[in-house]
Amino acid sequence: MSLEKRIKVVVAKLGLDGHDRGAKVIARALKDAGMEVVYTGLRQTPEQIVKAAVQEDADVIGISILSGAHLELIPHITKLMKENQLNDVVLVVGGVIPPQDIQTLKDMGVDQVFMPGSNLKEISEFIKQAVAKKRGQKVERAS
Amino acid sequence: MSELLERALKGEEIAIAKLLTKIEYVDPEGMKALEYLAERSGSAHVVGITGIPGAGKSTIIGALIDEYVRRNHRVGVVMIDPSSPFTKGSFMGNRIRMQDRSTLDNVFIRSLASRGHLGGVSAEALMLIEALDGLGYDRIIVETVGAGQTDTEVVSSVHTIAVLTVPGTGDEIQALKAGIMEIGDFYVINKADKPEAEASYISTKFAIDSAEVNFRDGWKPIVAKTVATKGEGIKELVDMFEEHRSFLESKGIFRQRIVDRRVKMVELIVRRNIDQVLQKAVEENKKDILMIPLLKSVEKIQGDLIAKIGRAH
Repeated sequence: MSLEKRIKVVVAKLGLDGHDRGAKVIARALKDAGMEVVYTGLRQTPEQIVKAAVQEDADVIGISILSGAHLELIPHITKLMKENQLNDVVLVVGGVIPPQDIQTLKDMGVDQVFMPGSNLKEISEFIKQAVAKKRGQKVERAS
Repeated sequence: MSELLERALKGEEIAIAKLLTKIEYVDPEGMKALEYLAERSGSAHVVGITGIPGAGKSTIIGALIDEYVRRNHRVGVVMIDPSSPFTKGSFMGNRIRMQDRSTLDNVFIRSLASRGHLGGVSAEALMLIEALDGLGYDRIIVETVGAGQTDTEVVSSVHTIAVLTVPGTGDEIQALKAGIMEIGDFYVINKADKPEAEASYISTKFAIDSAEVNFRDGWKPIVAKTVATKGEGIKELVDMFEEHRSFLESKGIFRQRIVDRRVKMVELIVRRNIDQVLQKAVEENKKDILMIPLLKSVEKIQGDLIAKIGRAH
């Protein structure tokens, strides 16, 4: 008898930026939404983040970035994801992102960008839907 | 043999990761692979790291990985953090202490949520150990959930147990108590650069030296000091782990522990199934919970389950 699959998320702070309160709040909210969250912490390189996602068989990578280097660093993540066959892994980015960069990030392969002030419930709902779509995993109730 | 297993055996990490998921969720393909891997497993030295939350378990594991890699081992790591009893979600922060160890070749690190298992280890963890062993990882470290006084389940699951304690958590009386202070092959005073370290060392040493009983397996536990964040005492600790491994092999206990681990794995799976049976029975009776009808439902559902297991094999 196999068990109900839970959504696994790797949450990471990408690059040189020491502000992790937002990432912790998100990780906690996803835990409260019934997901299994691997929080990898501050100053992670794209290599470290993608390697963690590979070994954990994560359904989702959540990146928090407030340094302004997102257009520089996110392409490294998407490139490494492709190289490591993570094409079906959901990639979400949050942090201080100028609105005009959102479409650029999406064109790079980011599934969604969450701005400051985003609703936590909305984020977890988006993730559940996106995982169902990309990984063919059924949406579970957080009960 | 499935394509996934074949790729995993070649060392392809994404394949190993996906296979481990199939195993931890008791998927039929995963169970078939586990059966195959269990035939090849049995040579890895499995070390359990336990202790209270915040003792430095993950940090010391990071340092142990470095030392094992230096000695040309393939290292598998399974780290367990608690699942929420309310939402079943989990916040796993062990990987944060690993930094770039996971980018080393020959190191595979996996986080696991406890998913309702109590006692420090889970069925999933033991299945993953078995799989990593079969995949050729020859040193496997398992980190228990932050442990309390009675979290001693890890005893029959690993070869070598290191109980981490930190200075300032209690006096001799705490060290003399039954439970977790009896199970260690090693008691490691981590954060040994703190002022109270010597007092902790002395009281732990007293608890061991004052025993007149036969120690488990005839191995007298060793009290060691480390500062995991600085890598101090780690080389010596690994030397002693290796000594313990040779000791177990010479006594024929190494093999016995693997047998015990497999029994434990099945026990934990059965216990989890019982939980599911009970939940189902409660569901059937939820209008009015009375003991006898509830017991009758349990019996019926259990019977169905056993019949199902019988058919599957």
